[in-house]
Amino acid sequence: MTQPRPEVLQKLTPVLTKRWLSPDAWQIGVYERLDGYQALRKALDVHPDDLIQLIKDSGLRGRGGAGFPTGLKWGFIPQGDGKPHYLVINADEGEPGTCKDLPLMTYDPHSLVEGAIIASYAIRASRAFIYIRGEAVHAARRLRNAVKEAYAAGYLGENILGTGFDLELVVHSGAGAYICGEETALLDSLEGYRGQPRLRPPFPAIAGLYASPTVVNNVGTIASVPYIVLGGADWWKSMGTEKSAGPMIYSLSGRVVNPGQYECGLGITLRELLELAGGMQPGHQLKFWTPGGSSTPMLTAEHIDTAMDFEGVAAAGSILGTTAMQIFSDQDCPVYNTWRWLEFYHHESCGKCTPCREGNYWMVRTYRRILAGQGTYADLDTLQDTADNIFGRAFCGLGDGAATPVVSTLKWFRQDYLGYIEGRTAPRLSEKSLVGAH
Amino acid sequence: MTTVEFSPAAAPLAERLLEPATEILARYPAGRERSALLPLLHLVQTEEGYVTPAGVAFCADILGVNKAQVGAVATFYTMYKRKPTGEYLVSVCTNTLCNVMGGQEVYDGLAEHLGIGNNETTADGRITLEHAECLAACDYAPVVTVNYDFTVDQATPASAVELVDSLTRGERPVPARGARICSLRDMAFQLAGFADPREGAVGDGVAGAPTLRGVTLAQQHGIAVADFDPETPITRTKPAREGAPDAVVTPAEKAGVATNEPAGDGKPAGDSTRGERIVSQRTAEHKQIVPGSTTPGGKKKEEEK
Repeated sequence: MTQPRPEVLQKLTPVLTKRWLSPDAWQIGVYERLDGYQALRKALDVHPDDLIQLIKDSGLRGRGGAGFPTGLKWGFIPQGDGKPHYLVINADEGEPGTCKDLPLMTYDPHSLVEGAIIASYAIRASRAFIYIRGEAVHAARRLRNAVKEAYAAGYLGENILGTGFDLELVVHSGAGAYICGEETALLDSLEGYRGQPRLRPPFPAIAGLYASPTVVNNVGTIASVPYIVLGGADWWKSMGTEKSAGPMIYSLSGRVVNPGQYECGLGITLRELLELAGGMQPGHQLKFWTPGGSSTPMLTAEHIDTAMDFEGVAAAGSILGTTAMQIFSDQDCPVYNTWRWLEFYHHESCGKCTPCREGNYWMVRTYRRILAGQGTYADLDTLQDTADNIFGRAFCGLGDGAATPVVSTLKWFRQDYLGYIEGRTAPRLSEKSLVGAH
Repeated sequence: MTTVEFSPAAAPLAERLLEPATEILARYPAGRERSALLPLLHLVQTEEGYVTPAGVAFCADILGVNKAQVGAVATFYTMYKRKPTGEYLVSVCTNTLCNVMGGQEVYDGLAEHLGIGNNETTADGRITLEHAECLAACDYAPVVTVNYDFTVDQATPASAVELVDSLTRGERPVPARGARICSLRDMAFQLAGFADPREGAVGDGVAGAPTLRGVTLAQQHGIAVADFDPETPITRTKPAREGAPDAVVTPAEKAGVATNEPAGDGKPAGDSTRGERIVSQRTAEHKQIVPGSTTPGGKKKEEEK
């Protein structure tokens, strides 16, 4: 394997991942020796408004996919309104391809806890919740332990470090519903209901959890906060690009030699990331990839030099999303892959909005027919039409996410579809799977 | 919550589960106990490994909602099982990435070897098999979990069969990255929000090579982000404590009162899609602005009027 060139290695920015190298960093004593809870002391020594300004100045943008400016979001919380405020951390990692939050919570849980306390202080919340995906049991184990340790050390509870600031932090496990990664569905779920999205406005900043002002932030966003508090906004902006500041954990999976987590400044390219990851597996040629999970339009080999920041990926017609880069090769079939994703979206659609609920049901059936060698040319129009009718017509992004792989593969890989329809490609599914499909 | 009257269906469960259930309810603000429903449903699964009619009745009684409301939630989420499960839930990721990396063959191989399909349990009651959606470990694809802990990474049909054979023999193999294996019912207790009672389990499992790949490369080549100074000052425009305690601690919450009207039967509190709710909520808030009326007594009096 060839070593990455020095100028590419220099793109690595170990910040949030750095403590992962210390096997015991999940324990509070070790965490404290590695700068832990220093940011909290520093933050509690300034006015909450100044903290919000610091986060605004840093240019930190949400790490959960949408990239909304974090400081701005915090600033939307009305102050002096007499209502309780809440911080809710979205730890419901489940976007296909995404695997950056689970290791963070497992190997460095205190960084999330510390970030949560600072963020709560800034928005003046006295209760915070971490809504963690149910299946993430080991991360939850470590996180609950970290919260317990933080209470014992006086970082949580009443009168934190003698400042008069109180905070209760609860780790709440979900129960296996992808839709709960959508912030308003998450809030419904946290209130004890089926996780279904709410119509916005009102946005959570005005009427979120229990109809009170609420900030919902991703794990990576909140875990970034202590570093910004310590190193300052200018240091944070020394990584990434002007509009997409800071480091980002890129998750590479699929047909690469060394899949894994690579933390680099925003704006790195797939070509450079592949170099860090040892290149494509022998015998595999890059064919298509997701820049940030399956809900982001697929890109192709020609996008290998796209800057992986919010603006660069948008200019290429896709979305940065969660920087979950699933890499597929000439040996993978975009039609089969899209079908499998649609089975997922069909299963996870919450059923609230008709276009998403019904559209996914029918698209799955159309794909099965194509993959069983019984597709027609008209099926391609049906798929395009159905996807167009889902996109933008559902309460939340799940519908858009489901339409996305369909539209992007029809655009880039029509020939692969035609291969099944014209009998040049051997069917991938048996006719057995078509029962009821006609 | 000490005065809950349990229906005959729920009473036997209540004897064992009332204490942990009360602990769960205490995690949420007063008046917002319904938030406890997800952990309560995990809790009832500690009894028989699935959500039984008695479990539904227990949740309904303790939260003061009806069984249909609990059932609506229980049937929405994949992790609440509707029929008896085995001692171990073996999940194989067959979402796209794991699927093309071999997950489908792993799942098919296990189904054939065990003679069961999705969400079915072996006759000896040991193993329930399921194909799962993305388990957030794509850098280890394909992955297999046992009771949700990552047990076999880069699984092959052979390594997966070896795993279930070992479980069938009554052994508990050491997971790749999760904690030592427990039973599914014991896991349900942890999912309800309780600490893993097993000494040392929280420390089990080390990070795998893929997780550490980038940061290891950086370490090997001595790469760090320059100019990090933890003493970098934060710009101050006002003193830290100026009115801070007042602003930070909301008086209403301090008194244990929910400022907003609690959620109704059908809708979560924040769901404004029903116009009438938002109106009544706003009216309630306006009333509460009257000084002194945000105490529970004050609100009650208002309702009595």
